[in-house]
Amino acid sequence: MTHAVPAVPPAGSADSSWTTWRLLPARVVAMCVVELQKIRHDRTELYTRAIQPALWLLIFGETFSRLRAIPTGKVPYLDYLAPGILAQSTLFIAIFYGIQIIWDRDAGVLAKLLVTPTPRAALITGKAFAAGMRALTQAVAILVLSAILGVTLTLNPLRWLGVIVIVMLGTAFFSCLSMTIAGLAMSRDRLMGIGQAITMPLFFGSNALYPIGLMPGWLRVISHVNPLSYEVDALRHLLIGTPGNLPLDFAVLLVAAAAGITAASALLGRLVR
Amino acid sequence: MSDEKYAVVCRGLRHAFGGAVAVDGIDLDVAEGEIFGLLGPNGAGKTTAIRLITTLLPAGPGMVEVFGRDVSSHRMAVRRTIGYLPQQLSADGALTGRENVELFARLFDVPRAERKERVREVLAAVGLADAAERRAQTYSGGMIRRLELAQALISAPKLLILDEPTIGLDPVARDGVWERIQEVRRATGMTVLVTTHYMDEADQYCNRIALMHRGRIKALGTPGELKAALEPGATLEEVFRTYTGDQLDEPGDNFRDARRTRRTASRLG
Ligand SMILES: Nc1ncnc2c1ncn2[C@@H]1O[C@H](COP(=O)(O)OP(=O)(O)O)[C@@H](O)[C@H]1O
Ligand SMILES: [Mg+2]
Repeated sequence: MTHAVPAVPPAGSADSSWTTWRLLPARVVAMCVVELQKIRHDRTELYTRAIQPALWLLIFGETFSRLRAIPTGKVPYLDYLAPGILAQSTLFIAIFYGIQIIWDRDAGVLAKLLVTPTPRAALITGKAFAAGMRALTQAVAILVLSAILGVTLTLNPLRWLGVIVIVMLGTAFFSCLSMTIAGLAMSRDRLMGIGQAITMPLFFGSNALYPIGLMPGWLRVISHVNPLSYEVDALRHLLIGTPGNLPLDFAVLLVAAAAGITAASALLGRLVR
Repeated sequence: MSDEKYAVVCRGLRHAFGGAVAVDGIDLDVAEGEIFGLLGPNGAGKTTAIRLITTLLPAGPGMVEVFGRDVSSHRMAVRRTIGYLPQQLSADGALTGRENVELFARLFDVPRAERKERVREVLAAVGLADAAERRAQTYSGGMIRRLELAQALISAPKLLILDEPTIGLDPVARDGVWERIQEVRRATGMTVLVTTHYMDEADQYCNRIALMHRGRIKALGTPGELKAALEPGATLEEVFRTYTGDQLDEPGDNFRDARRTRRTASRLG
C-alpha cells in the first residue's frame, strides 16, 4: 500500500453525457465479468433453469409435432418451436433480474457501486448485458438439446453472431423492464408477484408457440406490440431460416432496449434514497 | 470556500426525507490528512450527511465541496477521489475476496496491467491474502469489513469515508479494522472521515470530532479540547451525554438499523 495518491482529474471536469459514453464499455465489461464469475461459482442454477425449457421441447414439442395441430408449413413443429422456447427461457431469466438489484440495494452493494465513477445509465446497461451473459449460457444448453432432438439449426457463423446479438438485446430489454418494475415496486415480493403476473401473458401473447396468423384479433394486437414476438421472429429466421423481417426485429429490439435502459436508470435513484 | 487545504467543506448542508429533516444545516471543514470523526446517537443524521457528501443523495449547489469541487456539479470527479464503506456489511458473498476487490478496480479504471498486482497488494494490506480465493460468504464480520476496506482502498483514494466501520464487531475485530486504517493512512497520508457512536474509538483514533445530534452539530474540536471544555478529567462519554441529553440510543430510530442488520445477517447466512 505504498502507491502515491493519484493525480485528481482537472478541476474543470464537470459531469457531462460524454462521461457516460466514455465509461460505458468498461462498466459493461466489469458487470459481465462479475456475472460470469457468479455463474462459474454456482452452476446449479444453470442446470435447474434448463429443466423447464427441456420439458417444453420434449413434451409439448414432441406431442404437438405428432398432433400436427399447429400449421407451420414445411417446417417441422419442433424446429418451429425451438427458437420460441429459447426466447421464452431468456425472458424468464430477464424478467426476475430486477430482484438482484433490490438484493444489492438491501445489502448496501448498490450504494457502493454508485459511489464509484459509474453513471447510473452505465450501471444499468452493465447489469442488462450481464443478464444477457446469463441468457447466453442458457441458450447454449437449449440449442444443444434442440440439436439432439433433431432440429436443423443453421451452420452459418454470421447467423450465430446474429443470434447472440438478438438474445443480448431481448434480454437487455426484459431485464430493464424488470429493473424498472423494481424501481417502482421497491420490494422483492412485489417484484416477484408482478413478474409472475406478466410472464405468461408476454409468452402466450407472442409467436413463440404458434404463428400470429392463428391468433384471434385482440391477441394479434398484443403480439404486435410485444418485443418478444420480434425476438422470436429474428431467432427463427436466423436459426432455422423461416422468412422474417430481420431489420425490423433488430430495430424494435434496439429501441426497446434503449427505452428500457432509460426508464430503469431514471428510477434507480428511488432505490438508493 | 474553495480552499485547497480542505478535503471536505460543508456549508449549510441540509436534507429532509419528506417532511422529516435529517440533516439540518451543517457547517464542517475536514482538513487534508486528518482523521475526522462524526459522532452522534442513532438517528442523529450521520449516515445522511455521509450520503450527501458521497453524492448518493443530491446536495444543493454550494453545500458540499470535496477537494474544492462542488459535489452537485462534479459527481464523477468527486467519486474518483473517494473510497466509501457504507454502514452495512456489503461485500458480495457470491464472489471471492479477490473478485470483490477486482470489481472495484475495474469500476475505478485501474489500468489492466497493474490490476492484478494492486489487488494482491491491497488484500495483503488488510490481512486477507490467505482468504483471497474463498467466497466472501464464508468470511467473519471482521474479515468482511476488512475486505470492504480493500475495496475502498483499491483506487488509492485521497479521502476515505467510513460509516460505522466497526459496528457489530467484537473488540478484537474492531482493533483489527482500525489498525489497517491507520497503517494505510500513515503510508499514504489520506484523509479519513469516519462516523461512529463508540466514544472510546473516537477518543483513541480521531484528530478532531464533531458531535451531532438531531441533524445539527453541537460541538466541534479535538477530543482533548472537548473534554477540557466540560471539566478537567471528563471523559468523552460525559461530553457526549451533555450534548445529547443522556440518550445514547433513540428508540424510535433503532428500527431501520436493526432491520438492516437482520437483512445482512440473513444474506450472509
Ligand atoms: N431513506 C430514508 N427515508 C426516510 N427517513 C430516513 C431515511 N434515512 C434516514 N432517515 C431518517 O433520518 C434521520 C437520520 O438518520 P441517519 O442519517 O441514518 O442517522 P444516523 O446515521 O446518525 O444513525 C433518522 O430519523 C432516520 O429515521
Ligand atoms: Mg448511520
